[in-house]
Amino acid sequence: MSSSILSVDNLNVKFRLRGRTLHAIRGVSLDLYPGESLAIVGESGSGKSVLTKTFMGLLDANGWIDEGSINYGGNDLAQYKTEKQWLTIRGREIAMVMQDPMTSLNPLKTIGAQIIEAIRLHQKVTKEEAYKLMIEALDAVGINEPERRAKQYPHEFSGGMRQRVVIAIAIACKPKILICDEPTTALDVTIQAQILELIKNLKNKLMLTTVYITHDLGVVANVADRIAVMYAGDIVEIGRCEEIFYDPRHPYTWALLSSLPQLGRKGEPLYSIQGTPPNLFTEVKGDAFAPRNPHALNIDFEERPPYFDVSETHRVRSWLLDPRAPKLEPPESVKALRNREVHG
Amino acid sequence: MLKYCLKRLGASVITLVIIISVVFILVRQMPIEGYFDNFDKLDPAVIEATLQKMGLKDPIFVQLKNFFVQLLHGDLGTSVRYRVGAPIMDIILQKAPYSIRLGLSSMALALALGIPLGAAMARSKSKFWDKFGTLFIVFVTAVPSAVYHIFIQMYASEWFDLSMIYRQEDITSWILPVFSMALGNVAYYAMWLRRYMVDEMNRDYVRLARAKGVSNKKLMMTHVFRNAFVPMIQYIPSSILYTIGGSIYIESLYSIPGMGGLLVDVIGRQDNPMVQAIVIMYSCIGIIGLLLGDIMMGVLDPRISFAKKEGAR
Repeated sequence: MSSSILSVDNLNVKFRLRGRTLHAIRGVSLDLYPGESLAIVGESGSGKSVLTKTFMGLLDANGWIDEGSINYGGNDLAQYKTEKQWLTIRGREIAMVMQDPMTSLNPLKTIGAQIIEAIRLHQKVTKEEAYKLMIEALDAVGINEPERRAKQYPHEFSGGMRQRVVIAIAIACKPKILICDEPTTALDVTIQAQILELIKNLKNKLMLTTVYITHDLGVVANVADRIAVMYAGDIVEIGRCEEIFYDPRHPYTWALLSSLPQLGRKGEPLYSIQGTPPNLFTEVKGDAFAPRNPHALNIDFEERPPYFDVSETHRVRSWLLDPRAPKLEPPESVKALRNREVHG
Repeated sequence: MLKYCLKRLGASVITLVIIISVVFILVRQMPIEGYFDNFDKLDPAVIEATLQKMGLKDPIFVQLKNFFVQLLHGDLGTSVRYRVGAPIMDIILQKAPYSIRLGLSSMALALALGIPLGAAMARSKSKFWDKFGTLFIVFVTAVPSAVYHIFIQMYASEWFDLSMIYRQEDITSWILPVFSMALGNVAYYAMWLRRYMVDEMNRDYVRLARAKGVSNKKLMMTHVFRNAFVPMIQYIPSSILYTIGGSIYIESLYSIPGMGGLLVDVIGRQDNPMVQAIVIMYSCIGIIGLLLGDIMMGVLDPRISFAKKEGAR
């Protein structure tokens, strides 16, 4: 594969909460390749949003990067301290689409003004040129009659339309990387597919690199080239889309896939992962998933597993892949996924 | 927009008519002593005749109708005990300028100090300015105003060599009363602006604006401050109008011949027409304040639709 556009190495993020320290990201390493579409999946609190926020310097005031580096265009973003430095990245190089379009636009400014604001921040253009670019952006995200709509306020738009506007703001600055933080979670199912399709088309047209954050595996299957599975602030498995869906190796990925409602049988209770994620206020010993893992080995409680390479693109952090470990088959339901997909 | 204003204006007029009617009818229930300067010494027949002459023996609705006709001609009636025989309008016009001058100056000062303080507090949340401002707000709210008003008069006049008595022609004698009157409002504006700004700072649109590369300073000015100001704008006209209505305490402390104590004074003296006129005047002030607040809010916030059907969905 070609060289990465953004490269995260051993990133550790901590938060200070009521006098205690929460270790939210525990040594994540990740390479993002130009033009690819990466999905980060994981349950709430697994650190997927926090991870992408560090790319833009948007951590809350009580959080900081404790260790590690984020390489982007020859600079280490982890060392960025001042707002001035971040303003060269935010919106210009890396842009973000957020979860809830109902609240992510300023209710007192017209749509047009909010897009123009973004354009003029990053491009030296006159008012007239900015207006033209704004109309183009609205047009590009599929909003009809952009001249008329630009004069309207957010409350005059539906949820799906607002998300289109948010996307227009994001692409208006011609970023290289687009982070979509659960872009369809707050939308109607019927609208979800349209928005995903739109992001996909824009990605191809503008040669964007996209990062999706989601807990919806259905979304992932639709859009992702690669999938990173996060658990308790760490990437436990990463691989190409088909590798994760058809040849998952980490027990957490198995559990995640098993809980897809589509895999349940009618009449049987839906699968759910027992237990709760570990408390990140205390340092995790061994494999973070071990206490919830029915296949846990003794060593899982003792020592943190290293990454094992399954293929050139597929890495798993689990002792199960150690040659000394017993051979384990993934659960039936996960295997069924492969068979079902293969046979249509 | 025009339709919205007219509608609100219409509603205000109706409210005002109802208030005037209620006040008028209630004042009619007051003892009749209030209509005479020397009730005790008068012959019952004279009293009866005078009441008849004043129209107070007419059926109440006839009286009410006459009163409205009178009001429409700009006549508030005449004082019967406070200043016998003087038109009430003249009394008010004589006193109002003092209160209005003081009130407007103190409001201007309150806005000029309170808004920057509130904004500074929100920007430096839980740092120096925030703590300093909170201390000030707690002090002004918790300590009875009479206490610090007196202290200001006693000590500040000495320290800065200022007059303890208000004199129209000496502008330095305005400083202390205006400052004292502004203090409460400074705290009030700072407190609410801080609160609304902190609310806005945590909203998603602020996060998105930051993600698109808006600098912190610009974010505060163009997004947070403006949006936080909208809920405040509704109350500003009311508080301006109430302030120019006069402050009993400050006016008596600095011997200002304003309207502050007028209502209490005339109630004490049972000057019924004066009570009625002043209560009506204060209701007008209140209603106009609300009306202006609503209209200003409507101008600033596009979500308030001026015409019902227009709301697009």
